[in-house]
Amino acid sequence: MPVKGMGLRDIMAKEKGNILDGWYNLILETYPPESRVFLKKKSDQFANPIGHTISASIEGILEGLLCNGAQEQMAVMLSDIIRIMAIQDCSPSDTILLILLLKRTLRDTTRGYVKGDQLFSELLAFEDKIDRLTLLSFDIFMKCREDVFNLKVNELKRSTFMIAKRLKSEGAETL
Amino acid sequence: MSNSKSEELSSDIKYTLPEEDWMDVPVRMKKGMYCHGANENSLITVGFPNPRQWSSSETNWKLPENWQDIVLTGMAERLEKYRSFHIFMDICVRCGACADKCHFFLGTGDPKNMPVLRAELLRSIYRREFTTAGKLFGKFAGARELNEEVLREWWYYFFQCTECRRCSVFCPYGIDTAEITMIARELLNLLGLNIEWIAGPVANCYMKGNHLGLEPHTITSSVEFLTDEIEELTGIKIEPTFNRKGAEILFVTPSGDLFADPGTYTCMGYLMLFHELGLDYTWSTYASEGGNFGSFTSNEMGKRLNSKIYAEAKRLGVKWILGGECGHMWRVLNQYMDTWNGPADFLEVPVSPITGTVFENASSTKMVHISEFTADLLKHDRLEIAPSRNDHYKVTYHDSCNTSRGMGLLEEPRYIIKKVCNNFFEMPEHTIREKTFCCGSGSGLNASENMEMRLRGGFPRANAVKYVKNKYDVDMLACICAIDRAALTTIMDYWVPGVRVIGVTELLANAMKMKGENNRQTDLRGDPLLGAEGGDAEEESEDV
Ligand code: SF4
Ligand code: SF4
Repeated sequence: MPVKGMGLRDIMAKEKGNILDGWYNLILETYPPESRVFLKKKSDQFANPIGHTISASIEGILEGLLCNGAQEQMAVMLSDIIRIMAIQDCSPSDTILLILLLKRTLRDTTRGYVKGDQLFSELLAFEDKIDRLTLLSFDIFMKCREDVFNLKVNELKRSTFMIAKRLKSEGAETL
Repeated sequence: MSNSKSEELSSDIKYTLPEEDWMDVPVRMKKGMYCHGANENSLITVGFPNPRQWSSSETNWKLPENWQDIVLTGMAERLEKYRSFHIFMDICVRCGACADKCHFFLGTGDPKNMPVLRAELLRSIYRREFTTAGKLFGKFAGARELNEEVLREWWYYFFQCTECRRCSVFCPYGIDTAEITMIARELLNLLGLNIEWIAGPVANCYMKGNHLGLEPHTITSSVEFLTDEIEELTGIKIEPTFNRKGAEILFVTPSGDLFADPGTYTCMGYLMLFHELGLDYTWSTYASEGGNFGSFTSNEMGKRLNSKIYAEAKRLGVKWILGGECGHMWRVLNQYMDTWNGPADFLEVPVSPITGTVFENASSTKMVHISEFTADLLKHDRLEIAPSRNDHYKVTYHDSCNTSRGMGLLEEPRYIIKKVCNNFFEMPEHTIREKTFCCGSGSGLNASENMEMRLRGGFPRANAVKYVKNKYDVDMLACICAIDRAALTTIMDYWVPGVRVIGVTELLANAMKMKGENNRQTDLRGDPLLGAEGGDAEEESEDV
């Protein structure tokens, strides 16, 4: 229901719950139907770790956007969810989809309010902020993939730890 | 986001997947989620059937022509031989209690990782071939035909089950999906469809006595190298014996402890403890593997590899066997060893030479877990302990699936940790003890090429560790399993950076004051002790 004098920020604060639900549901719809039912359950954070991480992380992201959170803080919150995506058969562009889903939810939720030019330009400005998140997401995704690669290298090093240590103690220069 | 497709962005974005019956969803083998196929030579070494070079990522698996007959005959034999398997095929009521209890389902969101569906992969064939309803009504009775697509699905999903048994804890009928996976892997093995990460170590163990294929001189020199490290740390020279006939105790541990970081520190812990006690024990360079990857291929192979431990105990004439920190080694010992190769009547019921405690629980297998042995020592105050030497750590404890659900070893490790550490914090109740979350890399799945699968499977465990890290600043994850030590280190690095992994015996050795030792400035891995600058970290301690 449009209320005269309401800025975008007020509308979003009011609709926060709906925006989050909408965004969350769109994300979950990318999972198979049998799993969606489970992931939608608001059970505790240990029984449903993916569902919990996604919902906690998107809430943090939205709040960060609303209160102009610092880039580093946004990165931490984005990282929680992208870390999951990076090992779930997602491509870098899938992380962009994640953010596009927020845009779509936001438009759907605020459609009824955005009548005048003022709100429309506020919405566009807000969407610019969301767009910046897409770039950040991409970087985080690539970092996670690099981490996965390094995990393999480090695991190999640890499994031959004694050989390296012995060679070192026996005076070998490198290894 | 497991099935989202970026291409969808370019056209009309379609966010949902088709709602199909699971049987109609074809298997899509995703890179990072499966291992390399077994090498021909690994299978030939142990005489496994149908050895050949094949690649799991290719479509042609070079199956023998009569492969369906082989599988169905194998299934019939196992239905006859294992009553439990037959019952598990019949009694599931699809109540769904197990569905969301598997770490692989929780970490992947893939419905075929729900234990109930994992079992259905096999059960659907059982119904079709071995039940009247399935023969008559086919799909309506939950039955389907065995074809190559089904076989690929089996291979993909039964090597995405770590045989951890968490699901069985929640099943009202006690259906153990791990046992179903074991049978499924046996059937795949009949076709030569194993994974190299398992088949290679099995062949090594069969030929050399350990998974890594270490020769006797490599084993002795590795242990001796560790004793040099101990001497540097404590000033005490330890001289362990190898293959010594007439020793009272044979000590067996996973071979990874001799080589891999951080297992080597746990191994130093064993050496220090036994020296301090003056234990009459010996290492063996032949029974040089506590683990048993054979048990991840077939019962028969598990039995063959396990038998070397008893054979060596007999050859050396020891009285009983002490075992190190390992997971599946203890599952095998507790659930299968006695049936396979026991009772070990030529050995004596284990008695601690230090406290006189008789380990009645091991009266048939004659094998005692290091944590049982150590907890008993601490209970009788036979070690001088300075827990403050672990004050630089905030510790939590991960129950290995095998020691907790496979043998009920819940209290002993905790008892030890509480005695040797001042900062111990449990993870939430439904993520530990019998309900512990698997590391995601067990049952021979700790390879490198399936890293994404391991990271997904390890996520529920990591999520609980993250909770205690955020709440209590926990920075050490203690465990009593060699695969955990290796695999959880990786899982932590990805999900909870800043948390390292430590064996319980390493914690013990940090805190244990040895007779005649130097004034220690660091712990076993070289981290400075709190207050060490003052020169006397342990003097500030209060024993608990
Ligand atoms: S045994 Fe463990 S890995 Fe296998 S289905 Fe059950 S919970 Fe999942
Ligand atoms: S809990 Fe047991 S009976 Fe229920 S679906 Fe799972 S396996 Fe079947």
